[in-house]
Amino acid sequence: MIILDLLPVALLGAVLGMDVVTFPQAMISRPIVAATLAGAFIGNAPAGLIMGAVLELLALEMLPFGASRYPEWGSASVVGGALYASQPTNAAGALAASLFAALVTALLSGKSMVWLRRLNASFATRERDELQSGSRSAVTGLQLFGLSGDLLRGFLVTYVAMLVFHPLITAIVATWATDARYSRAAVVAIVAAVSLGAVWKIFHSIPRARLLFVAGLAVGAAVVAMR
Amino acid sequence: MTAPAQVERRLPLGTWIRMYLRLFAVQGSWNYETMIGNGIAFCTEPALRMLPGGLDGPKYSEALGRHAKYFNAHPYFAGVAVGALARAELDGVPAPLVERFRTALGGPLGSVGDRLVWASWLPLCSLIALGAFGLGGRPVQVIAIFLVIYNIGHFALRAWGLHVGFQRGLRVAEALAHPVLRKGPQVVGTLAALIAGVSIPLAATEVIGGERNLSALIVLVSVIGGVVFARLGGRVEGWRISLIVLALFVLFSVIR
Repeated sequence: MIILDLLPVALLGAVLGMDVVTFPQAMISRPIVAATLAGAFIGNAPAGLIMGAVLELLALEMLPFGASRYPEWGSASVVGGALYASQPTNAAGALAASLFAALVTALLSGKSMVWLRRLNASFATRERDELQSGSRSAVTGLQLFGLSGDLLRGFLVTYVAMLVFHPLITAIVATWATDARYSRAAVVAIVAAVSLGAVWKIFHSIPRARLLFVAGLAVGAAVVAMR
Repeated sequence: MTAPAQVERRLPLGTWIRMYLRLFAVQGSWNYETMIGNGIAFCTEPALRMLPGGLDGPKYSEALGRHAKYFNAHPYFAGVAVGALARAELDGVPAPLVERFRTALGGPLGSVGDRLVWASWLPLCSLIALGAFGLGGRPVQVIAIFLVIYNIGHFALRAWGLHVGFQRGLRVAEALAHPVLRKGPQVVGTLAALIAGVSIPLAATEVIGGERNLSALIVLVSVIGGVVFARLGGRVEGWRISLIVLALFVLFSVIR
């Protein structure tokens, strides 16, 4: 993947990174959407969907409450989906290595959101008098500054992550020594454990939810067994 | 806080649409100084143009400046505040009363939104999408299911918020006692718990693919891990633990 090839993916990461907080929060940044779209950009939407489902299971745990700090799944899912979709089909280690790259990106991208918020705050402080005197241009200016800053942030995060991780993941997959079955099983076990714990944490206080959750698990297990 | 009696008032359609569209960018300048305060001013601004004197009048500037100050609420419920504050300004409510009302509004709009949207509606839609994936749904189907279901609620909630906020003005707190807002999180959460039970095994199985020999081991590890994460509650973040375990696994698989 040459540098110019990364541009469409980076632009997708920019738009979906923005969706997480600033605009329009329509949840096109959710992993199951973002990674699938990234996979489609690479020409392998089904692979993107698999990565999206894996990341979605992990993302269930992190609820974006108020001012809490959380991983930025939009750009990270684009990176994970694009990386996984660009590896040979069923390559041992591709899922685990791409997921690792996506999580590192989510971590760093979450930090970049904090930096942008501080930057917005310094703009707001600098323009405080103008804002409080009701300057329309100051209000609109701060809003546009934040929106364009977030777009740029998502672009840079995705571009740099792809630049670093694409060759790295390709090299890792080429030297991967663990059996493909065990590699995939390890990933599934990890994300399923996190999602089960997350669902329990979110819903355990709701009356009857625990019972329904267990009943659902029984139905799900039965469907799996019958297929 | 006592609210004065209100007369019927409507926003021109163009103004309503501008405010509604701006609500999607209400968090555009989210920051640790004023949170979404500037976004509230940005969204309220089209209505403030209707104040006596218009864009160049002192009432417009005073009101815009008031609303650019600190404010925090759930982004989807910010429309309630935007509508109510716009109504209060257009009704000529005294500034100190508007500011007290503004201060009182943020907390409830945050907690109602967090419970209904982030802790109920989003997980439910996410789990439905995972279930569709687990049942072999194609990429476009899975994405469409998630986005359509989620955004019906999302777009409607923003529109309802702006409408009810403007309609009720300072009396908007009554709208937050709506049965959907009070009972909704519990009903949606109950449904989500059931769907989670069905969807998680289906999705996990779909990721594994045709290989089922290790299923028993995966189930065992997942259940034990899930119980550990649940017991640890908010003390650890599962995705961070996943990152560490994956890093070790990748390292092991490359150097052995």
